[in-house]
Amino acid sequence: MKRRPVFLLTVLCFGFAFFYVPILSMMVYSFNESRLATVWGGFSTKWYVSLFSNRQVIAALMLSLKIALVSATIATILGTMAGIALARFTKFRGRVLFSGLVTAPLIMPEVITGISSLMFFILLADWIGWPGSRGFTTITLAHITFSMVFVTTVVQARMSQADRAIEEAAMDLGSRPWQVLFDVTLPVISPAILSGWLLAFTISLDDVVITSFTTGPGSTTLPLLIWSKVKLGVTPDINALATLTVLIVGIGVAIAGFVMNRSDARRDADARLAYQANK
Amino acid sequence: MEHSSRLSRWFDRRGWSDIIIGAPYVWLVVLFLLPFLIVVAISVATKTATAPPFSFGGEHPLVNLQGYQRLLHDTLYLRAFLTSLTNAGIAMVLCLLLGYPMALALTRVSRSWRNILLMLVILPFWTSFLLRVYAWMGLMGKNSWFNALLTDAWNWVVPVDWAVKSIPMMHTNFAVVLVMVYTYLPFMILPLYASLERLDPTLDEAALDLGSRPSRVFLDVTLPQSVPGIIAGGLLVFIPAAGELVIPSLVGNAASPMIGRVISDEFSSARDWPMASSVAVALLLLMVVPMMLYSHYQAKAEGEAGK
Amino acid sequence: MSAPDEPFLRIEGVSKSFGTFQAVRDVSLTVAKGEIFSLLGGSGCGKTTLLRMLAGFEEPTSGRIFLDGRDMAGVPPWSRPVHMMFQSYALFPHMSVEKNIAYGLKHEAMTKAQRDDRVREMLDLVQLSQFAARKPHQISGGQRQRVALARALARQPKLLLLDEPLAALDKKLREHTQFELMSIQARTGVTFIVVTHDQEEAMTLSDRIAVMDRGRVMQVGSATEIYEFPNSRFVAGFIGSITSFEARVTGREGGQVVLEVPALGGRVLARDVPGVVEGQAVTLALRPEKLRISKDRPETGNAVEGMVKDLAYFGKDSLYRIVLPSGALVSAHAVNARRGDEATRVADWDDRVWLSFDPAAAIVLTE
Repeated sequence: MKRRPVFLLTVLCFGFAFFYVPILSMMVYSFNESRLATVWGGFSTKWYVSLFSNRQVIAALMLSLKIALVSATIATILGTMAGIALARFTKFRGRVLFSGLVTAPLIMPEVITGISSLMFFILLADWIGWPGSRGFTTITLAHITFSMVFVTTVVQARMSQADRAIEEAAMDLGSRPWQVLFDVTLPVISPAILSGWLLAFTISLDDVVITSFTTGPGSTTLPLLIWSKVKLGVTPDINALATLTVLIVGIGVAIAGFVMNRSDARRDADARLAYQANK
Repeated sequence: MEHSSRLSRWFDRRGWSDIIIGAPYVWLVVLFLLPFLIVVAISVATKTATAPPFSFGGEHPLVNLQGYQRLLHDTLYLRAFLTSLTNAGIAMVLCLLLGYPMALALTRVSRSWRNILLMLVILPFWTSFLLRVYAWMGLMGKNSWFNALLTDAWNWVVPVDWAVKSIPMMHTNFAVVLVMVYTYLPFMILPLYASLERLDPTLDEAALDLGSRPSRVFLDVTLPQSVPGIIAGGLLVFIPAAGELVIPSLVGNAASPMIGRVISDEFSSARDWPMASSVAVALLLLMVVPMMLYSHYQAKAEGEAGK
Repeated sequence: MSAPDEPFLRIEGVSKSFGTFQAVRDVSLTVAKGEIFSLLGGSGCGKTTLLRMLAGFEEPTSGRIFLDGRDMAGVPPWSRPVHMMFQSYALFPHMSVEKNIAYGLKHEAMTKAQRDDRVREMLDLVQLSQFAARKPHQISGGQRQRVALARALARQPKLLLLDEPLAALDKKLREHTQFELMSIQARTGVTFIVVTHDQEEAMTLSDRIAVMDRGRVMQVGSATEIYEFPNSRFVAGFIGSITSFEARVTGREGGQVVLEVPALGGRVLARDVPGVVEGQAVTLALRPEKLRISKDRPETGNAVEGMVKDLAYFGKDSLYRIVLPSGALVSAHAVNARRGDEATRVADWDDRVWLSFDPAAAIVLTE
């Protein structure tokens, strides 16, 4: 007697159309012959060719990837430390301020984070002469700061689910606290650390606002390049770039989903094995 | 062990935990708290023609509240705040109206479909934010197929006198709200889905069994229990939308800027650091209540999840 | 290094408070080498806190702990020759059974061959050799329990702490595992300290039991001592079931005390308790299985007439609830030694019966 929720499913379909029609339209138009990005002028792959021969785009992509790799890695180390600290050390001096500092960048309007970082870097250069010019270093520092708290959130959530007794067990069996960290804690939360890294990487790769404030002459990341191009209107090679991004991300997510499904299936099989062993 | 050195004993007892707490703590204090305090300090400084362009001397030593006074008197700022809050508010409500049924529908489909659909909700989030804004620029432009479709529909519905050649969508607040709904909708759906998915389906059945109609079951059982999800999702849309800079700069109306644009312009074009800081502090004060609400409900939602 | 009369484990006036909450209050205990010793009590009685102080996870607020003559104050958990089997087992989920057991050995000065030998020996001990390569989530609950035991024993601790070792197992497995634990303890000779809330578990496993309540040790003794000779109303009520009555000592007669028990309608003779004086208010406690039910008044012992109010048939025995003229209710067990239908049982609803008990069965409690 289960009724099909017709209204809900209709809204769901509409919602997914809303999500994907603009993206699909963009992908179709990336193969448009016409220079006018919104008028169909026949099939062509020339925008892909022009994209790959555009040194500016390649240089911006490389810079973005470099910043994302470095900042995601450092953000993961710092963010994991903060997550462990908040989940494990319930009492330490300044904990309230610390947990505030870990939440604030998550909900701080990006403009404010951007402006305050820029003012800080300018004043710092004025006081101690460093950073001499803004670019890779300042962007990376800013990205680490606001992406590490995402890692912290993920790690802290995982830590609070983990059985604390396994760390005590390792200590009880003769390991010092830092050995426990490397032998037990980090391996157990490694999936959370990995997804934290991916999150930090994506956030860094995607950021416009904070990067636009902390960048300097000559350091144009891919989002900054796209922004400056798009401000002038729709251009077909951006369609091509967007199509490639969506495809790469889509394939990545599909593989991740497949792997996760497989490990789910493995876990089910293991559970059956354990059940049979029990009998 | 008895032969271990004092250093290693210190490290085992305190050192390692001090490092784990200390490193991120120091980082955040230096690169987040300190810059933020600088903004607060500069908001009460005086604009000068020096570099950096402010000082704490002059006519108003130390505390100069002119920036804050201008906020209240100059209608530019008031209008910008109003535009921001209205756009963000409308986007939040639309996200809720569209996102709630979607989240509810996701809890009703079969498990294998659910995982695929959830992935499809999250997928746009992993693609570039700028490119998602850009996709709508293509659709809203005067010559696009989407605009032509809407124009035809409009001309078919309204009297001939009202017919238009194309619908002016780009560079309007409508465009800003539309794109905000588009880019922030996943932020609404995911917390809503999380809070709806946890509901015990036997509660629904119990209410039906006690004689409620399905519509009443929704109002009496489902809706009240999803309030933390609604609030978390709503604020997750509202807070970044109110401070949005990219969307209005690409599809918005330059004549009625949102507050993010005002801050950025005061800073870069006018080189008025104290004013930019005053506006930023004011925006933050406006956001403090929603932010506190958010962390409260977030903690509450997590507390329930932990049960 | 220790004096010959020094006990293996000595807990001396140990207290522990968390803020204003006193979890453990002034506990003193001694445990002999090779003993299985249980800490028994309800939740929040302080037994787990005491165990965690032995493991080194908590430091006592006051008092001292000596293990094999060595003061354990300030010794961190990783340097104590004490290992623990956690209630949740706390197996390392990312390591195989073998690696779990070998984990503690990496801190020992041994060659790889010696280490492998020890792991094999432990796997044999708990009969898990064929599961060595499996991960913890690939084995059953009972097997996990044995891995946890093997892991804790691998480093040959002086003291093994077991936190609710059987609580996570289902009833059938529990009985079997109890005996297995005892046989492993006998083979290894390691001193066991078991924390449990389950009195049956404590009574079967242990050489001696400490009953705890609200942070204090109420009584220490063998299972028999605690059951037959409880020293307080709390212990008597916590272990097994009792019916208790207010009483007053009126005198002594032939090595027995004479009690005036209003609820039983008068005089009751009980085994003498040293230290009670005439006129003292005491509690008389009776265990259901020590009471006899009969149709006629028995010739010897204390007896009182009553009426059957309730009876519950359990198969091997039945529980009767008998209401006395004073209005008091007494529970009594009768073993169903003879096979037969309802007609053959000792008494039925609303029957008038005599309840009787030996003076030796009457427990007189002053606290």
